[in-house]
Amino acid sequence: MKLGFSAADEAFRRECAEWLNGQMAGEFKDIKGITTLTEKAERRKEWEQQLAAHKWSCIGWPEQWGGRNATLAQQVIFAEEYARAGVPGRVNHIGVELAGPTLLTFGTEEQKKRFLPGIAAGQTIFCQGFSEPNAGSDLASVRTKARLEGGEWVVNGQKIWTSLAHISDWIFVVTRSEEGSKGPKGLTFLMMEIDQPGIEIRPIKQINGDAEFNETFFTDARCPADSLIGAIGDGWRVAMGLLAFERGVSTLGQQMGFRNELDEVIAAAKANGAAQDPLIRQRLAKAEIGLRLMRYGALRMLSATDHSKIDGAALTYKIQWASWRRSLGELAMDVLGQPGEVSEGADYEWSVLPNLFLYSRADTIYGGTNQIQRNLIAERGLGMPREPRGDI
Amino acid sequence: MEFVFTDEQVMIGETAKTFFAENATSERTRKAMAADGVDHDLWTSFCTELGLAGVGLPEAAGGAGLGMIEFAIVAEAAGAQVAALPLLGLATVGQALAAGGSDAQASAWLPRLISGEVVAAIAGSHNLQANGNMLTGTAHFVAHGAVAGLFLVASEAGAWLVDAGAAGLTVTPQTTMDQTRPYARLTLANVAGEPLADPVAAMAAARAGGWICVAAEALGGAQATLDRTVAYAKDRVQFGRAIGSFQAYKHRLADMMVDIEQARSAVYWAACAVDEGSDEAALALHAAKSFAADTYFRCAGDMIQLHGGIGFTWEHDAHLFFKRARAIQSMLGAGNWHREEVAKMILGEAA
Repeated sequence: MKLGFSAADEAFRRECAEWLNGQMAGEFKDIKGITTLTEKAERRKEWEQQLAAHKWSCIGWPEQWGGRNATLAQQVIFAEEYARAGVPGRVNHIGVELAGPTLLTFGTEEQKKRFLPGIAAGQTIFCQGFSEPNAGSDLASVRTKARLEGGEWVVNGQKIWTSLAHISDWIFVVTRSEEGSKGPKGLTFLMMEIDQPGIEIRPIKQINGDAEFNETFFTDARCPADSLIGAIGDGWRVAMGLLAFERGVSTLGQQMGFRNELDEVIAAAKANGAAQDPLIRQRLAKAEIGLRLMRYGALRMLSATDHSKIDGAALTYKIQWASWRRSLGELAMDVLGQPGEVSEGADYEWSVLPNLFLYSRADTIYGGTNQIQRNLIAERGLGMPREPRGDI
Repeated sequence: MEFVFTDEQVMIGETAKTFFAENATSERTRKAMAADGVDHDLWTSFCTELGLAGVGLPEAAGGAGLGMIEFAIVAEAAGAQVAALPLLGLATVGQALAAGGSDAQASAWLPRLISGEVVAAIAGSHNLQANGNMLTGTAHFVAHGAVAGLFLVASEAGAWLVDAGAAGLTVTPQTTMDQTRPYARLTLANVAGEPLADPVAAMAAARAGGWICVAAEALGGAQATLDRTVAYAKDRVQFGRAIGSFQAYKHRLADMMVDIEQARSAVYWAACAVDEGSDEAALALHAAKSFAADTYFRCAGDMIQLHGGIGFTWEHDAHLFFKRARAIQSMLGAGNWHREEVAKMILGEAA
């Protein structure tokens, strides 16, 4: 067990920092410090391509597919330096962190050749079509239908909460391909191009006034017969495999974003005197400790050699970070007081901390609510009996 | 960077776990609780047969080498059984001697501590008067003080070794809620102390050793409360169902696990940071002590609640965990104090 980085790793850190800081001071100065996922989307697509041009877009991937085969330590370092340099979040994180690894694990050689270069190059932006109006926590209840017709899949139905669909090129969709099937059986995982007459995207305005999420409607939408990942009817296994990648190295980049947010709260508390309040001090300390433990928990998870099984410890990660961030949002508002409830501009737009307060209410819902997480932890992590199911 | 146990560390953990599970039984612990709070036979075999008492102490002084990570692994296993052992004295006084004792002090005492011949205890005093090296004052809440042969008496002014048989020293055992680690009160009336060669280094090492020891014990204890409650939840049937099938019940188990996994990260981050001399060591120690102690207490309280009436009985072991957890929360700095130290660091107020 060791936490220190080697001299080679530290050299790699300098290389990352130098390049990222150079970009944020130069050509991409205009996107530095953006914290929402939607602002300046077009420039951020160009940033994806800039990352790719310098082989920084997917460093954990195999070299064959445009990655660097980076070690865990290198991926940790890149994630840390990326956030430290004030670089905004990746608009193609779903492509790089979810679609890519899913293709590498479940895709055919032909599919890898078709999709991976575009993702690596920052040309193909992906979004995720899982949830539906009646399949949220109960994801296996998806109803969006897919049928094979004349060498094509024809898809009808509706997805919801499709983050960044409005700026994406492709969507992967969990569909019900077997008529009359129920639950996790009879599902198929499809890759679909968004720019077609059968797909319509409508933004959903959220409680913070932003519209990162969308409704996605499929009306005789089409994709070629070989667009499925895995076999027909095997979509649940592929979807669950994909969700496991959410607990991967990307969590460390996410944490560095949290670091920036906590630093803002600390700075605000120092600036307005809230840092003198002993109760606020306790909560700041708890937030700091929670963030550090998130980091070391993730490193523990990622250092484990047996990645094939999601062990109990890894199951605790989602509820941990989501609850932590929601608490941070509440702490931020207690630190700011009433000034936190007033925006300087005429529009309903919020600076980092009030926006964190509002947005973080989604954290404990998307990707599996805290309540679903507790079921998963208790059932898979601790072997408790499964929830009784009603008729499906 | 590789935050995972080495094969050797895994082996130490398995050895320690097996040893404590087989030997630190409820029956033996309760016998110790009714007497002086130490299972002396267990301590002797831990020190001599198993040879784990020297973990984290230098080989030159008869220790086993290795570091605080390995020590934490052992303390975690001991904590899982609420073993009635004077491990904390070893962690504090042993580390102090190794880091701040003269060669003569280390070679005089460490081999005897490691062999189990002498039990050590740390005694902090707020009113100690030192006339040269003649000490007068009191020290409260000295863990396992009544069985100690050697005290490390510490105050703002310095740190001294005091032999339990020294003239002018009175040791008064106290009836203590946690009977597996009873306290004693020390009264010193012009007692001869032997100053440690480097009291600053000694006390820094004693604090780190003590915090890691109780945090690791807390981690082991918290995991044990969860494991035992999980077993009960599968076994106990009400309303025609295993009680673990009820969401109100299993969500509470899940919350325990979420906290325990964070406590595990905290303990091994702190131990690793100390071993590597990292800049983060101070923050990590405060985090580990406060977080692991609170986790343990919450889990032990949940264990009682989730067992229902049987969990409230003397016969059931839940109260052993509960009382140990409560004691760990208060000892060596309460949670709020540790968090205030963290607050000073992150607000840039640290001295």
